[in-house]
Amino acid sequence: LVRSSCWPFVTSYALLVLVVSLLWYLNFSSAYFFWLALIFFFYSVYGWLCDITTESIDGFTTSLVSLGLSVGFLLFISSEVMFFFGFFWSYFHNCLNPSVFIGTWPPYLFNGIVVDPFGLPLLNTVLLLSSGVSVTFCHYCVLSNVYLELWSPTRPSRTHLQWGYYFTLFYGILFLSFQISEYVSSYISINSTVYGSVFFLLTGFHGFHVVLGLILLSVSLLRVDYTMFSDFQHLGLECSIWYWHFVDVVWLFLYFFVYWYGYYIAW
Amino acid sequence: LERISWLDPLASYLYYGFVDLRSFVRLKYDSFWRSFTVCFFAVDGYLSQYKGLGFRKSFILLVFDFHYLVVKFSIYFVVLVRIIWSKVVAWCYRWLFSTSHKDIGTMYFLLGILMGLLGTGMSMVIRFELSFPGSFLGDSHYYNCLITAHGLIMIFFFVMPVMIGGFGNWLVPIYIYSPDMSFPRANNMSLLLLFSSIALLFMSLFSGSGLGSGWTLYPPLTSISFSDYSADFCVLALHLAGISSILGAINFIVTILVMGCLDFPLIRSPLFVWSILITAFLLLLSLPVLAAGLTMLLTDRHFNTSFFDPSGGGDPILFQHIFWFFGHPEVYILILPGFGIISQLAVYYSGKEVSFGHLGMIYAMISIGFLGFLVWAHHMYTIGLDVDSRAYFTGATMIVGVPTGIKVFSWLATLYGSNWDLYTQWSVPVLWVYGFIFLFTVGGLTGIILANALIDVSLHDTYFVVAHFHYVLSMGAVFSIFAGFIHWFPLFTGLVLSNNLLVAHFIIMFVGVNMTFFPQHYLGLQGMPRRVSDYSDDYSFWNNVSSLGSIISMVGVLFFFYIVLLSYWVIQKPIFLVHRSSSPEWVTLNYPSVVHLSESSVFIRV
Repeated sequence: LVRSSCWPFVTSYALLVLVVSLLWYLNFSSAYFFWLALIFFFYSVYGWLCDITTESIDGFTTSLVSLGLSVGFLLFISSEVMFFFGFFWSYFHNCLNPSVFIGTWPPYLFNGIVVDPFGLPLLNTVLLLSSGVSVTFCHYCVLSNVYLELWSPTRPSRTHLQWGYYFTLFYGILFLSFQISEYVSSYISINSTVYGSVFFLLTGFHGFHVVLGLILLSVSLLRVDYTMFSDFQHLGLECSIWYWHFVDVVWLFLYFFVYWYGYYIAW
Repeated sequence: LERISWLDPLASYLYYGFVDLRSFVRLKYDSFWRSFTVCFFAVDGYLSQYKGLGFRKSFILLVFDFHYLVVKFSIYFVVLVRIIWSKVVAWCYRWLFSTSHKDIGTMYFLLGILMGLLGTGMSMVIRFELSFPGSFLGDSHYYNCLITAHGLIMIFFFVMPVMIGGFGNWLVPIYIYSPDMSFPRANNMSLLLLFSSIALLFMSLFSGSGLGSGWTLYPPLTSISFSDYSADFCVLALHLAGISSILGAINFIVTILVMGCLDFPLIRSPLFVWSILITAFLLLLSLPVLAAGLTMLLTDRHFNTSFFDPSGGGDPILFQHIFWFFGHPEVYILILPGFGIISQLAVYYSGKEVSFGHLGMIYAMISIGFLGFLVWAHHMYTIGLDVDSRAYFTGATMIVGVPTGIKVFSWLATLYGSNWDLYTQWSVPVLWVYGFIFLFTVGGLTGIILANALIDVSLHDTYFVVAHFHYVLSMGAVFSIFAGFIHWFPLFTGLVLSNNLLVAHFIIMFVGVNMTFFPQHYLGLQGMPRRVSDYSDDYSFWNNVSSLGSIISMVGVLFFFYIVLLSYWVIQKPIFLVHRSSSPEWVTLNYPSVVHLSESSVFIRV
C-alpha cells in the first residue's frame, strides 16, 4: 500500500494551470505563462517519479508491482497508438478521397514541392531503425549485468553499454535535427491546405514523441550509470525502450503512408 | 497535565512554578477543547496566587506581571493555530492526498452526485423553456449553452465518475481480493483532474458567450468563425476529462489483470469486475481518438489548419467520424458498469450463488464492447453516406442487439424463482432492477428502430433520438446507479436507508421519468427537431406533459437527497444481512471498513 502523496494533487493543479495558460497563449498571443506552467508541470511529474524511485529503492517494487507497472506502461503506449490512429484516420480520409479544392493527393499545387521520400526521410528511417538496434544492445548489456567489472571476452562490459546508449541518443538527436532542417527548408507549411495540416500535425506530434522518448531514454540511461538498475529489474529502461520502439513503429507508418504513398500524384 | 508538544514544559512551569520533567514525556491528547482549557487553567493557576492581597497591591503586581498576560494570550493563540493547522494537515492528507480506493470512491460519489444535481437543474430549466410554446429565457443561445452543458455534465461528470470512479473504485479491489488499486496515486489524480475539468467547463460557461453547439461539438459551429474562447475552454475540459479517464482505465485494467490473485481464474470473478474491465478497455481505446479529434479542432481554430475547413480541402464530416468513433464506445462505457451492477444485484436478490449463464454474460459483454467500435456511423446516417455504408452500419448495429438480448434474458433467468416474501427477503433495489430491465429493454428497442438507416433518415435529430437515449441513460444508467447506491449504501457508510421512503422515491422517479420521456417518442414521430428552444404549436401538448414529468422526477431527486441526509440524522446501523451473502464486500461486517485486506491474497486449493 502506498502512503498519502501530494503529487497527484500538485500534478492535476499543474495541468489545470497549463491548460489555462495554453488558452491564454492561444487567445492573447503571450506564451510567458505557458513556459512557467510547463516548468511547474515537469517539476510535479519529476517529484512523483522521485517518489516512485524511492519506493523502488526501499524494496517496495515487488515482482507483482513491477508486472503491474510494465502492463500499465504498455497500455499507455496502446492509448498513444490510438491517438495516432485518429490522426492517421484524418490522413486517410483526405488522401484516399481528396477534396475538390485540392484535386489530387498530394494537391496538384504541390507538384515539385513535396518532400522526396528517398532523400532525408529514408535516412531518418535508417537512423531510427539503427537506434532501435543499439538500444536493444543496451538492454542486452544490462541483462548481462555489466556492474560486475570483471572483463570477459564473452560478456559485454560497461564500455559496451556506454557505446550503446551514446549511439542511441546520437541517432535520435540526429533524426530530430534532420527533421528540423526539413521543416525549416520546406516549401509547405501547416497552413498549406489540408495536406500541410495533416502532414505537419502528424510529423510534429511524432517529433514531439521522439523528444519525449529521448528524454525517457536519457533519464533511464543516466540511472544505469548510477547503478539504479539490476539485471532482473530495470523497469525504467524497459519502459523507455518500449516507448522508443513505439516511436519507431509510428515513424515507419508515417514513412510508408505519408512520405512514400503521398509522394506520387495520381493524375 | 497532558503534553501539547513544546508548550507543555512552559505550561507546566506556569502552573506549578517549576518545570515538571514529566512534561517532556510524550503523551497523546485527543480532545481539542481539553488541550485548550488545560492551557487556560495552567496560566490562571499562576494568577491565583494574587488572591486576597487588596486592590492596589494586586493591581501593581498585575501591571508588573503584564507580560504574563501577553504570554498567556500568545500561548492561547499559538496552541490554537497549531491545533487547527494539524487538523487541516490531517484533512488534506486524508482527502486531498488520499491513496485509499475507498476514500477516493467516496469522493467520486460526492462529486458525481453534486454534478448530477447540477445537470438535473439544467434539465429542469430546459424543460421549463420547452413546457409551452414561446420563449421564457429570452435568449436561445443561452438555451443552447444549457443543453450543451447538460449533456457534458451528465455524461462526463455524473454517470462516469459515479459508475466507474465510485462503484468501480469501491468494489473492484474488494471483489478481486486485493488490498487496493494497482496505482493508488494515479487513482487520486484521475479524481482531481475531474475537478480541473469541471473548473474549465465552468470557465467556458461563465466567460465569453458560452458554447452552444451541443455536446457533440461539431465544426464549423465550433470553428473560430462561429465560437469564441468558450469553445477552447470546453475542448480542453474534455481533454483533461479524457486524461483522467484514460489514467483510470489503465489503473483498472492493471488492477484486475495483475493485482487479482494470480491463482484465481479471471472467469470466476464477479460480473461487475468484468464489466469494469471491458469498460476500461473501451475507454483506453476510444478516448485518445477523441483527443486527436479535439486537437485537430483546436489547431483549426487557432493555427489556421484546415482539417474541417472545406476551403483548405478539409471536411467537417471527418470530425463527425472521429467524434463518433469515440462517441459510440462512450455510450457503451456509460451503460456497461450498469450492466455489471444489475447482474450483481440480480444474483444477490434472487438468492442464487451465481448468475444464470455466467460465461455467456461475460462473452456478451465482450462482444458488446468489441462491436461497439464497428458501428459509429449510425449517428451519421443523414450526412450523405454511401448507401452500402448505411446498409453495413444498419446491420452491424442490429447485431449488437443480440448479445444485449442474451444479457436481458440471462437476468430474467437469474431472477426466476426468487422469493418476494415481503417480511424477510424483499428489499428496495429489486424494484430498481426490475425497472431497469424493463425500461432499458424499451430503450434498446427504440434503438433498434433507429439503427435502420431508412427510418433514421426521418428520425435523425428529432426527439425520438432524445427519447431513446434518455430511456437507456436516464432509465438504464441512472436506475442502475440508484439500485447500486441503495444496495451498497450500508457498505459505504455503515448506515441504513429507510425502506418505506425509498419505495415512495422509486414510485415518484418511475412515474416522473416515464412521463418525461415517453411522450418524446410521439414528438419525434411527429417530427419535432432536437436542440430547439421553441417549437410550433402542434408539439405543445406532449411537451407540456413531458415538462410535468420532469417536475415529478426533480421532486424525486430532491426526495432522494432528503432520504440520504435523513439516514445521517437518524443513525441506524445495519445489524445483519437478510440474504446471507458470502460476496466479498459484505464479509468484514464492520462498515465502512477502512482496510479489508492489508496484503495481496493467496489462494490455496485443498
